[in-house]
Amino acid sequence: MKKTILQLETVTCPSCIKRIEGSLKKLSGVDHVEVKFNASKVEVRHDENEITIDALSHMITKLGYKVLSVI
Amino acid sequence: MRWLKHNLYIVTISILFVASIILDNLDPNNIISKIIMTLLTLFAGFHIFKKAFMDLRYKIIGIDLLVTIAVVAAFIIGDLFEAAAVTYLFTLGHVLEKKSLEKTRSALSALIDLKPTLARVIDKNKETMVELNQLKPKDIILVKPGEKIPTDGVIIEGSVMIDEQMMTGESMPVYKEVNDQVFGATLLQSGYIKIEVTKVGSDTRLSKIIHMVEEAQDKKAHTQKFMEVFSKYYTPLVVLFAIIIYGMTLEIRLAITMLVIACPGALVISTPVSFVAGIGNAARKGILFKGGDSIENLSKGSIIFFDKTGTLTLGKPVLRDIKVYDSTQNELLKIAAIGESFSEHPLSLAIIEAAREKNIDIEDEPTDVEMKIGKGIIFRYNKVKYAIGNKQLISFDIPKPIEHEIEMMEAQGMTTLIMSDSQKILGLFGIEDGIRDESIKLIRNLKKLGIKQTIMLTGDQKRVAHHISHTLGIDQYYAGLLPEDKASIIESYHKENHTIFVGDGINDALALSTANASVAVGGMGKDIAMETADVVLLSENIGKLEDAIKISKKVKTNMIQNVVFSLFVVLFLIIGVIFRQVTMSIGMLVHEFSVLVVIVNAIRLLRYNQGGRHDKRSRTKQLHKSSSDLQKS
Repeated sequence: MKKTILQLETVTCPSCIKRIEGSLKKLSGVDHVEVKFNASKVEVRHDENEITIDALSHMITKLGYKVLSVI
Repeated sequence: MRWLKHNLYIVTISILFVASIILDNLDPNNIISKIIMTLLTLFAGFHIFKKAFMDLRYKIIGIDLLVTIAVVAAFIIGDLFEAAAVTYLFTLGHVLEKKSLEKTRSALSALIDLKPTLARVIDKNKETMVELNQLKPKDIILVKPGEKIPTDGVIIEGSVMIDEQMMTGESMPVYKEVNDQVFGATLLQSGYIKIEVTKVGSDTRLSKIIHMVEEAQDKKAHTQKFMEVFSKYYTPLVVLFAIIIYGMTLEIRLAITMLVIACPGALVISTPVSFVAGIGNAARKGILFKGGDSIENLSKGSIIFFDKTGTLTLGKPVLRDIKVYDSTQNELLKIAAIGESFSEHPLSLAIIEAAREKNIDIEDEPTDVEMKIGKGIIFRYNKVKYAIGNKQLISFDIPKPIEHEIEMMEAQGMTTLIMSDSQKILGLFGIEDGIRDESIKLIRNLKKLGIKQTIMLTGDQKRVAHHISHTLGIDQYYAGLLPEDKASIIESYHKENHTIFVGDGINDALALSTANASVAVGGMGKDIAMETADVVLLSENIGKLEDAIKISKKVKTNMIQNVVFSLFVVLFLIIGVIFRQVTMSIGMLVHEFSVLVVIVNAIRLLRYNQGGRHDKRSRTKQLHKSSSDLQKS
């Protein structure tokens, strides 16, 4: 298990939290997702063999949020 | 022109919106009107529809989905203007919300901007500029006047004045010399220093502070959790309500208007925005709140307990008075200092320091040293057995005249150490720990902030405690306490009061965790205090406690304003829709407007009590200048 933190562009609506958490959780290999609303960060605990960081950030981008950096 | 380029999207949809309003009043059924309105709906609504579609796939009922349903329905019943207006207002609202939300978070980005970028490393007498991420612990770096210190370290050469205001909020520069700790991002005002790097990257104090502020802003407070639960049920309930209304009246227009107002936007963000802005404001003043709960708890406090040493006083005891009964002053001081050299107690340090100042040779070592915690030290020197400490260390009766002199010393606020051999008392040491200048003003002002009672807790002697609490105007004191006593005294007040404990983070972890809200003073160099306390004052200035309490109360008021306002808006909208006074577009307008009002109200907190704003700006300029200088050189 690896913990990855992704910095997004300013997240504005609380429903964004649900959207990001909900969709990432459904991916296989993802164990835990937490969106930090005020910091606009996503913390993901995932199995790197099953899902890469690139795949995670691709998913978030697809949802309509820019990924600024991976910390 | 650049502005136009940046805002092309908003400008375009705004022009379309104005055109729609005009056309709607002229002839809404004209083909041009229909084309313009449809265009606006598609253009402004594109993002909304896309998100709604996505949500549907992941089975989330969000506001985007509700708005999409409402817009589609409005299209079906032929009300193109309503559809266009709703999408436009929703999109515009979002853009403005994003801009203003970024503002509430701006305090943190100001902290992040403090991070230096380059360091001047000295390797084999050669100076090289190195990127900060290549710096390692144990590297030796040189810092010149006007430059930012690149990272945390210890001074190995030179003595300087350092401006730590950007982190501690304290405007007085601090004097530092060899063996003192320095922190990255603070500003060297005068002098040169060589530093041995101790911490780099995410281990530095600045990084830790940034991390703490970030964590704090996202930690949910009780009120916030309640609001979130409320909002969670609010949306589905209103949707259900809309369906029922449709079932009863068969009026599509009424039902879809209900959908539009179903998002509790302002309600959901009403508490977090206040907290985020408040935590941000405080961080700029060198006050770290650990989260919304810390703010709420501090604002509710009615009794404040203070630790004495290092909190109300300077924590640097000085030897003020010596009474000698047998030998000479210097002889007595020499033996005492030799004995105390085994202890790191602040009182021991005062005696050793005094001996050094008088150039007394204290190189000799004592034998058979025995530390009696809470009492003193017993040791042997030149075959004589000595004891130095408080009365509890003396096994025989103290003669009346000496007893009287001890009382006199203590009444003047001096802690008295008694030195004796096995039969008689050899002398007395009167040690005083100066009161901080800010303490007196603080205690006086706390009453104005609605604090009912101030209480001092100390391990010191009763008369000393009396003298200090009397000088400061503290209501009550408990003296002669052990660390665990402090916690149980605080505990005993819990039933009827909300307690605050203020300490310097040394020996009071237990008390810090017992009180409803805890404040640690001078947290910059103390990891444990920073982790345990709810509120950390980074500087040694205890006067900041007043700011912290004021901010906490301001934030609490701001939050209540936001919650009451949002609830009122929700109520107004529901009633307005039922009585058909609120149309879909007006509903959306009020909704988006209320969200902005809540955010703007929170932004006021960022400006609150920003004394010396002008100062701050000119200093930032100076900082930029110095870092660019560094890059040039």
